[in-house]
Amino acid sequence: MGKTLMKGNEAIGEAAIQAGCRYFFGYPITPQNEIPAYLARRLPKEDGVFLQAESEVSAINMVYGAAGAGARVMTSSSSPGISLKTEGISYIAGAQLPCVIVNIVRGGPGLGGIQPAQSDYFQAVKGGGHGDYRVVVLAPSTVQELVDLTMDAFEIADYYRNPVMILGDGILGQMMEPVEFKPLNKRDSKEKTWATTGMKDREQNVINSLHMDPEGLENHNLDLQEKYAEITDKEAKSESYKTEDADIVIAAYGTTSRICRTAIDQLREEGIKVGMIRPITLWPFPADAFEEVVDSASKFLTVEMSLGQMVEDVKLAIDGRKPVEFYGRTGGMIPSVEEVKEKVKELVGGEK
Amino acid sequence: MVKVWQKPESLTDKVLHYCPGCTHGIIHKITAEVMDELGIREETIGVAPVGCSVLAYNYFNCDMQQAAHGRAPAVATGIKRVHPDKPVFTYQGDGDLASIGAAEIVHAAARGEKITTVFVNNAIYGMTGGQMAPTSLEKQVTTTSPYGRDLDHAGHPIKVSEMLSTLPGAVYIERVSVHDVPHILKAKKAIKKAFEYQLEGKGFTLVEVLSTCPTNWGIDPVESLDWLKDNMLPYYPLGNFRSPEKEGK
Ligand SMILES: Cc1ncc(C[n+]2csc(CCOP(=O)(O)OP(=O)(O)O)c2C)c(N)n1
Ligand code: SF4
Repeated sequence: MGKTLMKGNEAIGEAAIQAGCRYFFGYPITPQNEIPAYLARRLPKEDGVFLQAESEVSAINMVYGAAGAGARVMTSSSSPGISLKTEGISYIAGAQLPCVIVNIVRGGPGLGGIQPAQSDYFQAVKGGGHGDYRVVVLAPSTVQELVDLTMDAFEIADYYRNPVMILGDGILGQMMEPVEFKPLNKRDSKEKTWATTGMKDREQNVINSLHMDPEGLENHNLDLQEKYAEITDKEAKSESYKTEDADIVIAAYGTTSRICRTAIDQLREEGIKVGMIRPITLWPFPADAFEEVVDSASKFLTVEMSLGQMVEDVKLAIDGRKPVEFYGRTGGMIPSVEEVKEKVKELVGGEK
Repeated sequence: MVKVWQKPESLTDKVLHYCPGCTHGIIHKITAEVMDELGIREETIGVAPVGCSVLAYNYFNCDMQQAAHGRAPAVATGIKRVHPDKPVFTYQGDGDLASIGAAEIVHAAARGEKITTVFVNNAIYGMTGGQMAPTSLEKQVTTTSPYGRDLDHAGHPIKVSEMLSTLPGAVYIERVSVHDVPHILKAKKAIKKAFEYQLEGKGFTLVEVLSTCPTNWGIDPVESLDWLKDNMLPYYPLGNFRSPEKEGK
C-alpha cells in the first residue's frame, strides 16, 4: 500500500478499522472530533457499529459491555472527557477487559482550553481512576506513529487483557502527514473464552470487578501486579536520538520531542553535545534507556507541555545519580525551539 | 410423588444473600422462570447493578456482566450492539436506575435499545443502609431524611415508568408489584412480555417491580407487604404505560 496524506485524528480512525476494531462508542469533545466523525462514516460500511453515547461515562461503559462481550472496541476523547471515563477505565482494568482509549490532550485543569497540552500525563500514567491498576500508555509523535501504535494497541490490549491508551495532543490530532498502513503486527493472543456470548455448551461466564472478600481482592490485585510486571518487562519502548556522546540528555515525548529534535540538531551545529530519549511507552516507563546513559551524561533535561509531570518518572529512573532539570509550557502554549536551546545553553553554562 | 414446583434452571444453586422477607428473591425467581419458559437461558446475557442485587451474577445461571453503579443500561447497550441476536437484560434498583444512572436509562430508552430492564423499586437505598432514594415517598423517614422526606427540600419522588413512557423508543413499560401471589403472577407475565417484545426486536422494554426492604424500612416482612400496599401503590399506580399494541408497533 502506498502513502496517503491524512489528518492525525482520521488516521487513528482508519488504523482502528485496519486493526479489526468494529465498535466505537464516544461523545464529542474538541480537539478529537474527527475520530468519531471518521468512524461514523466508515464503520457502518465495515459491518461495524458507531454509536454516539449520551456522555463519556456512558461511552466507556458501552466499551466495557462490548469488550466483555468479546469485541474489539475503541473510544476516544480529550482531557475533561477522559476524567469522566476514569470510572469506567478502573472497572475495565479491574475486570481485565481489552480496549483502546484515545486521549487527544488539551490544556486543563477544569474546562481549560482546546489547545494542545501534555498535562494529562499523571492521569494517564499514574491511574486517574481508583485502585491499584495500570493502563498501557502509548505516546506517538508523528501521524505515522499514530497509525502504527493505534494498530498495535489493539494487539497489546488483547494479549494482556488490559486497557491501552493512546496519549496524543491536539497538534498531532490536527496535523496532516503522509502515512502508510502496514499489515497488523499480530500477537499470539489467547481466544476470548471468557467473553459473555451466551453460555450454550459451557459454564457461565461472568465479567466482574467485585471481590467482597479482602483476601480474594488482595490476591486479585497481586495477580494484576504480576501481569503489570510482565508488561513492564516486555513492552517498555523508547527511541534514543544522538545520546551516544551526549553530555545533556533531553527527555521528551510526543509533539514536544519533535521540537526538541530540531533544537538538538541546531545545538549540535554549535558544538553542544546534546541528545534525547523519547519514551514511546509512558507506562511502562522505559527506565532502561536512561540506565544506558546515566553514567556518560552529566545532566538530564525533561521538556513537556505541562508544568512537570513526566519529570518525576525521569527522576525515578535516574534515582538521584545525576541532576534532572525541567522546562515546560502549559495551558496550550508550546515550547519553542529557541526556548529549548536557551534552556540547554543555560545548563551547559551553569556547568562551567 | 408428583413434583409441584422446582427451582428454575435459570437460577444457580447458590444461597441468596437477601434479608429475610426481602422481595428481591421473588423477583429473581420469576425472572429466571421467564427465561426457562422462553428457553433463552443459554443465549441470554444479563447485567447486574450496584445495590443489594450486586451479586445477581451469582444467582442467574446465564452469562453475566457486573456494571458500575447506574451504568447497567450503557453496559447492556455495548453487549447488545455486539450480539444483536442475544437477549440482554439489566436488573437494577431504584438508586442505581433513578439516581446515579438516570441518564443511562433515559437514553437507553430514547435509543430504543433492544434490552429488557427489571427495575426493582423499594423506595430506599438498601445496600448502603437505608438512605433516601429518588423514589422515597413524601414524609418517608430514611437515614438521610430523618425528619421525613420534605418535598420542598428534597424534591418529588420520581415516577420512572411514567417518565420513560414519554419516550417513543420505549415500547413496553409496565409497573407491577410482588406484595401477594396474584400480583406476583402478574409481575411474571409482564416480565415475560418484556422479554418477548425484545426477542421480536421491538425496542426498549422495562418492568418496574414494587418491592420491599424490611430491613431498612425497619418493619417486619409481613408488615412490609402492607406498607407497600398502603403507601407505594397510591403513588405508584400499577399498570401498563406503553405497549407495542398501544403504539401500533
Ligand atoms: C459510584 C458509586 N456511588 C455510590 C455507591 C454506593 N452504593 C452502593 S449500593 C447504593 C444504593 C443502591 O440502592 P438501590 O439501587 O435502590 O438498590 P437496593 O440496594 O435498594 O436494592 C449505593 C449508593 C457505589 N457503589 N458507587
Ligand atoms: S437491605 Fe433491603 S433491599 Fe437489601 S436485601 Fe435487605 S431487605 Fe432486601
